[in-house]
Amino acid sequence: MTAAIEVTDLSAGYGYGAVALSDVSFSATAGQAVAVLGPNGGGKTTLFRALLGELTATTGSIHVDGRPAYVPQTERSRLDFPVGALGVALMGAYPRTPWYRRIAGRDRALARAALERVGLGDRAGTRFGALSGGQRQRVLIARALVQDAGVLLLDEPFAGVDRTSEEAIMRILDELRAEGRVLLIATHDVEQARRWDRVLCLAGGQVAYGAPAETLTNAVLEGTYGEEIVMLDCGHRAVAIQHHSHSHAH
Amino acid sequence: MSEIVRSGLLQRALLEVVMLGATCGALGVWLLHVRSAYAAESLAHAMLPGLVVAALVGAPLLLGAAGGVLVAAVLIALAGRDTRVGAEVAVGVTVTTAFGLGAVLALAPDVPARLGELLFGDLLGTSTSDLVAAGALGCLVAFALAAGHRALAVAVFDPVAAPSLGVRPEQAQLALLALLAVAVVAAVQGLGNLLVLALIVAPAAAGIRLGASLRAQILLAAALGALAGVLGLVASAELDVAAGAAVALAAIALYVLAALLRPAAPRAAGGRRSPVEALGG
Repeated sequence: MTAAIEVTDLSAGYGYGAVALSDVSFSATAGQAVAVLGPNGGGKTTLFRALLGELTATTGSIHVDGRPAYVPQTERSRLDFPVGALGVALMGAYPRTPWYRRIAGRDRALARAALERVGLGDRAGTRFGALSGGQRQRVLIARALVQDAGVLLLDEPFAGVDRTSEEAIMRILDELRAEGRVLLIATHDVEQARRWDRVLCLAGGQVAYGAPAETLTNAVLEGTYGEEIVMLDCGHRAVAIQHHSHSHAH
Repeated sequence: MSEIVRSGLLQRALLEVVMLGATCGALGVWLLHVRSAYAAESLAHAMLPGLVVAALVGAPLLLGAAGGVLVAAVLIALAGRDTRVGAEVAVGVTVTTAFGLGAVLALAPDVPARLGELLFGDLLGTSTSDLVAAGALGCLVAFALAAGHRALAVAVFDPVAAPSLGVRPEQAQLALLALLAVAVVAAVQGLGNLLVLALIVAPAAAGIRLGASLRAQILLAAALGALAGVLGLVASAELDVAAGAAVALAAIALYVLAALLRPAAPRAAGGRRSPVEALGG
């Protein structure tokens, strides 16, 4: 699979003339993982919504190969909804299943295989809300696997995730890169951002885009986080510590 | 009992209430999952002026109900545009205005005394054409729920990711409210403007308590809604009490039974819930 994404001079907002994101230009080719780094309200979600076609660009253009799969933060879904892990994974097959058809047997097998792949083959029947945060995140990734999209948008996939799940998610994301998919990974963790091929720094607008080693300089981090940042110099690497005065769960 | 089965009056009422109970029960599960019990109540109450006007001019109640719901929906949408007051206040103001207007109209001296029937329904007065209309509307709701099952599930479970799965959550929510309007219009002749809510909320709340999967919850709620209808009608015939009220009480009794069988698990995290939401278990 080869997929690509190209964004040129993008501005987008939520109506009434409010622009939440402006002047974003970047491109990623097959097999690249892009960390989207920025503070809360910096425009990460707005960018994702624009890429999903939910927000129309006020200026600029977006080119995405196919419909992207979106992996939200797990607390954004309804934990009391009566659906099991397999049921959630099967939702990935909904877009290609007409309403009058049953889910194809092939898709059912695909959903089971996706759960196996994220290490949750034995939890297929467990209610989604009864799983741990990390397990829920893996189920949502399994759903994206069933969707089989070329571009995946992941919103803080490592937030509140235990060690086992973190390793499993890292492994899967590496596999997806190797398959030629494009990954966009929203994060506000600078260390996390260093792991990926490219970093896109957002603070209302684009602060920088490029390879992590060149991009994540003190100046760029200050431009991204403003006064919210505390710089610690550990072996010539800047570490951003954000004030957690407001919750990011909205 | 045998008297019930023999009487054509009761046969029609029984058929009507079984259809309505099943439809409202199934729809109610979705409405409780999207936390729209308040909207259900509001829509049902706000159509009173439409019903009264229909009664005044001798038009079919179904027509009055449909007109009333339409006007109420437009008013709620208009009032909701004032962002300073918020949607709940808009609904509250619209509903009390409409209900008050309906009561004033209904209590005017030259209006036939039918207010009680409009508020509490007249199951035993079900005519064959009422039955056909309710059956058609019920089938429409059931078909729409079956056809939209997957889209609704995605919209309710994961509204944030729904667009990437080809579902617009706002559209799904609107479709549910439209189906609610249809169900309320279908049910109002039999159960009245006040009691119809019992059939929408109580069997659904019981189904949600008892069912492990979404499918089980919907089927259980439909079955319990139909059962409540039968039990209520039988009780009304045996004890000589009002039929609509007996059906509503039977539905609530079934919910209480379900709640006793399956006490709600303590809530793990999250904020407070309104009493209506708490009904959902």
